[in-house]
Amino acid sequence: MMRRWVLEMSHRAGTPHLGSSLSCIELLAAVYQAWQVRPEQWTDPNRHRVLMSKGHAGTTLYAALRVFGFLNDADIATYAQPGSLLGEHPSPGLPGIEVASGSLGHGLNLGIGLAMAARLQQRPSRVCVLMSDGECNEGTVWEAALFAPQQRLAQLFAIIDYNKWQATGRSNEVTALAPLAEKWTAFGWAVHEIDGHDLGALHAALTPVEGEHRPTMIVAHTVKGKGVSFMEDDNNWHYRVPNADELSRALQEVDAA
Amino acid sequence: MRNAFADEITALAAADPRIVLLSGDIGNRLFDRFKAQFPDRFYNVGVAEANMIGIAAGLALGGMKPVTYTIASFAVYRCYEQIRVDLCYHNLPVVMVGTGSGLAYAANGPTHHSCEDLAVLRALPNMTVACPGDAWELRGLLRDAFQQSGPVYLRIGKKGEPQVYPSLPEVRLGTASVLRTGRDVALLSTGTLLPEALLAADALREHGIAVEVVSLHTVKPLDEALLMRVFRDFPLVVTLEEHGRAGGLGGAIAEWCSDQNPLRARLLRLGTPDQFLHEAGEQEHAREVCGLTGPQIAASIRTRLTSIE
Repeated sequence: MMRRWVLEMSHRAGTPHLGSSLSCIELLAAVYQAWQVRPEQWTDPNRHRVLMSKGHAGTTLYAALRVFGFLNDADIATYAQPGSLLGEHPSPGLPGIEVASGSLGHGLNLGIGLAMAARLQQRPSRVCVLMSDGECNEGTVWEAALFAPQQRLAQLFAIIDYNKWQATGRSNEVTALAPLAEKWTAFGWAVHEIDGHDLGALHAALTPVEGEHRPTMIVAHTVKGKGVSFMEDDNNWHYRVPNADELSRALQEVDAA
Repeated sequence: MRNAFADEITALAAADPRIVLLSGDIGNRLFDRFKAQFPDRFYNVGVAEANMIGIAAGLALGGMKPVTYTIASFAVYRCYEQIRVDLCYHNLPVVMVGTGSGLAYAANGPTHHSCEDLAVLRALPNMTVACPGDAWELRGLLRDAFQQSGPVYLRIGKKGEPQVYPSLPEVRLGTASVLRTGRDVALLSTGTLLPEALLAADALREHGIAVEVVSLHTVKPLDEALLMRVFRDFPLVVTLEEHGRAGGLGGAIAEWCSDQNPLRARLLRLGTPDQFLHEAGEQEHAREVCGLTGPQIAASIRTRLTSIE
């Protein structure tokens, strides 16, 4: 259902980043499921926090918030319309949206601060930050990579949507990103390298391990445009918007899946 | 001033368990007492200012009251986008302390000077920007900074600045402090040039010119009631800052003036020139180069008064 909403939002509003939104559907769904993130806890300081750092995939966040009860169909219908709080990139102001994003390389640093605040106040909150692979071009990601293990922040989880593409090229070619999991291991994180479309593997990686003192990094191998055959691994869909015919064919595929 | 900050933040942290101090790997030994009393509320985040701002924002989102501390030039320019998005867009109660501001680190060269920080920070929505004039004013403004609901930048000196106030004054962000009343000139000073402003006023008194000296510590929001009064009552208003003439206190007041009906007073803006000061020398020398010592300020004011008579 999330893929359907994401496709419809992009088509209706004429907004890009569809490939990036389709690659992280399972990643977000898994966090909300595994950690039981629900609107009833929205004002509870003990809640778990989901930070959407790859804000260009805002439609996936909105679709997840719709599935898990934070938003309704009427909210989704306002996406990117004048006056709506559901912009192309998420802004704070609606339940479920913890932080603004759209500029890359902010979420992991905010996540460290939130995890430290939880620890200082002895709260059970965990923090999960969803990042893109292109986002790892940003220096702040590596400042955070150095600091979080020093703080032994076991409350902090991060997922990299490793779809192997960024805006204008292969992410392993634009910078020397690979080997990505090994980099995080070398920085002192507890690393899980998994198939990012495998909900079972995601659930397992998101389960806190007793006695673990390191922050957790989930390097999730994904396919950009996942779920729509003619969008998969085709980076034109970073910016392209589906026309009516493409939308109809895409919806047939995701509904059949 | 930095010692006063370390002392005051330790006292404030004792009263408020939400206060957390983040340092960008500076202040060696400065925070020993804070660290001893609150070992879990002091973090050296390393030479990583952008990370420090992001972490501070996360702490504030999580209910803490963080204060960040590093040299002003690094605190602002290195991580402007983090300040803009993480602090200002979310409108979070984080106090940023920029130490050694203006030309306090003159001898360290332009990498360590901050003569543009007021200009870039006051442009940000939700941001409060203030420059205490001495260690006592710093203590008072720091207390008030923790009462704010949004981000505050406190631009402070280094060490050994002359004291202007005899004890802790009643100061509030956004409300200027009148230190000396006058009749001929209103001298509005922000930051650590305040003692030079008083020296200039002394020198002008010798020439029969009565100067009203105001510590206009808060550059944003401006004390508009004060501005209305001085631009109505004086023939000349002078702004003084260890900051470029573009965009700082003088710039802010020039903008304010242009939005008003015709005002009585003329405006003279004193600040640093539009260039990098790359020659060696301590703050005293740099101020001299910029015409910002007490006698030079007095001379500039006399010249301007002559031209409008």
